[in-house]
Amino acid sequence: MTLLGWAQIALVLAAIIAAAIPLGRYIAAVAAGRVTFLAPVERAFYVLGGIDPGRGMGWRGYTLAMLAANAAGFVLLYALLRLQGALPLNPQGFDGIPPWLAFNTAISFVTNTNWQAYSGEAAMSYLSQMAGLAVQNFLSAATGMALALALCRAFVAGGVSELGNFWADLVRMTLYVLLPLAILVGAAFVAMGMPQTLSAYVEATTLEGATQTIPLGPVAFQVAIKHLGTNGGGFFGVNSAHPFEGPSALATSLQIWAHQVIPFAMALAFGHIVGDRRQGLALAAVMLGFVVAGTAAIYAAEAAGNPLHLAAGLDPSQGNMEGKEVRFGQALVALFTATTTGASNGAVNAMFDSFTPFGGLVPLFLIQLGEVLPGGAGSGLYGMIVFVLLAVFVAGLMVGRTPEYLGKKVQAREIKLAMLAVLVLPAVILGFTAVSLVLPAAIASIQDAGPHGLTEMLYAYSSAAGNNGSAFGGLTADTPWLDTTLGIAMALGRFAYVVPVMAIAGALAAKPKLAASAGTFPTHGPLFAGLLAGVILILGGLQFMPALALGPIAEHFLLFAGKTF
Amino acid sequence: MNAVLRPALAVVALFTLLLGLAVPLAFTGIAGAVLPYQAGGSLVERDGRVVGSALIGQEFTSARYFHPRPSATMPSPYAGTASAASQLGPTSASLLDLVKDRVAALGGGPLPADAATASASGLDPHISVANAERQVGRVAAARGLAESRVARLVATQTEGPELGLLGPPRINVLRLNMALDALR
Repeated sequence: MTLLGWAQIALVLAAIIAAAIPLGRYIAAVAAGRVTFLAPVERAFYVLGGIDPGRGMGWRGYTLAMLAANAAGFVLLYALLRLQGALPLNPQGFDGIPPWLAFNTAISFVTNTNWQAYSGEAAMSYLSQMAGLAVQNFLSAATGMALALALCRAFVAGGVSELGNFWADLVRMTLYVLLPLAILVGAAFVAMGMPQTLSAYVEATTLEGATQTIPLGPVAFQVAIKHLGTNGGGFFGVNSAHPFEGPSALATSLQIWAHQVIPFAMALAFGHIVGDRRQGLALAAVMLGFVVAGTAAIYAAEAAGNPLHLAAGLDPSQGNMEGKEVRFGQALVALFTATTTGASNGAVNAMFDSFTPFGGLVPLFLIQLGEVLPGGAGSGLYGMIVFVLLAVFVAGLMVGRTPEYLGKKVQAREIKLAMLAVLVLPAVILGFTAVSLVLPAAIASIQDAGPHGLTEMLYAYSSAAGNNGSAFGGLTADTPWLDTTLGIAMALGRFAYVVPVMAIAGALAAKPKLAASAGTFPTHGPLFAGLLAGVILILGGLQFMPALALGPIAEHFLLFAGKTF
Repeated sequence: MNAVLRPALAVVALFTLLLGLAVPLAFTGIAGAVLPYQAGGSLVERDGRVVGSALIGQEFTSARYFHPRPSATMPSPYAGTASAASQLGPTSASLLDLVKDRVAALGGGPLPADAATASASGLDPHISVANAERQVGRVAAARGLAESRVARLVATQTEGPELGLLGPPRINVLRLNMALDALR
């Protein structure tokens, strides 16, 4: 680690915070319907869909509408992928995507996971990328933001049953937040060197006379929303490590900014919506603390290098360079990795499979903590509020008072639902991983021997259930077993999680709003922030310790003992 | 049911037209008009022929050229449409053997780490400054040039850090080799 490296990290984090503060205020204004500069476009959606944007929905109606929108998106994307061979904008003449892979990919993009069992430049037509995958990048992010807004509104007043209108929230978050940001960031990406063209791939004759095919495509715009929407599904197989998808250190920094700014802004928007900015700041502070800690851990491990490779004659000054590009440097790789896994983004600018065991443990653990640090667009906020409810419950148990949060009593029903949501992740991750580690058809997908192979499988299901989408890439993921079970894990990680969360929103909204009294436990100070961090670590992380001990932790000690596989 | 299905179908269809076709097609048109070089893939030409992209690494094996990093793309290194990393883990015996072989082939350590490890994309266009400096002697000898002249060229081709801060200093191998060919 160097001071210069930390200065790069500090600069990018400062840019994120500086932008998230006004963006949080803006998102709260959009959510309240006060932003109208695209009113004619917005109205077209309402007229065609027969939508009354002013009609409030209860939690069941809101959830049902969300599920319908996602189902429609899934069907359309699946059809597009299967039929791409017969559709236009396919200059390389790619065939339709086979059924298992199309199922996996469609679920993956609808749930904001963006797990990729394919390599974009070798399989996807421009139409599939642009009108299929990129559209879901927008809609899955707006879906998460809408759900978070519904939960925020549960705290605003007492005795209400309505949480807002899902269609209005979806349309407004897309038109007023995601689309303008995607155009701005996309334009910057073109200037930094990302292609944006519909031309076919180019044949080049290299200086030594060989032929090299240069892949192209409408890259920049799709990569902009891929980060802003915390999607993470790359245009190219190696994602943001590809020189066309991450052309420079500046571009990788802007990508980090883009996949952090909305999750942090959502936490701050929460403060605006509930009428107490400090509440949003407290959540954002906990998120930022974990981001910095995760970055430091990865940076230290990767900058130190692989002891076996150093002993074999590598100079230690660059750190572990296997699976890393020269132009980014270890500091920006560490920050990218911590933020992409803390944020359920899943884009990568280096290959986690070749990280040192400790460097690879951190992104895995950040996913397993529940994708709330700061989590995905919207999904980070609602996940964080689930942990907040559990934290006030724990605090209430300690002091013997009925727990409450923002004037809403937190009672048995809410806690049961919160625990149900929190248990989805370990049940899906550990269940599927355990089965896959004894099933011969699944074991055949593992590339590396020893504990590293176990980590590859554990990482895949963690990434899928956490709706992250990054991978330990040695795993051969495009098999019927993995395509199907990872697809199911993604769907459960998204929908089995949000249904109880929306039930919590409905229950809380109906309760009276109590005035704060001298006995109210303040939820904006450092004491509560510390408690919240502890609850995330213990409730979110503890159940994964045995699995981590068998994977990356065992590998760490074996590596330093000089053992290879 | 209609109250849920109609808005779902309408919203998804309209957004597909807007976000999937209208906006990206307009964006592509404007990008191509305003920034044709970048939007077109930063293609580099010599004598009217495309020799590669300034952003995509290519393979060099001749002693007369600076060599890029090892590449894990299949079936051959620096295959443009097959971006890939080795994905070999830190305790992989085959990775350790590869590193040892590369160190031996390059005349022993200590070796700049990027010279003996495969990149994340398999298309890394850059090498570190230390890696380039190590190759100066070989290239100068193969071309019959003074080492100081080649070393000066390496210094002028060094890029970054960006904004004076972001990323390490580095050298674009294709640009350096084209500058080398242009030396009289």
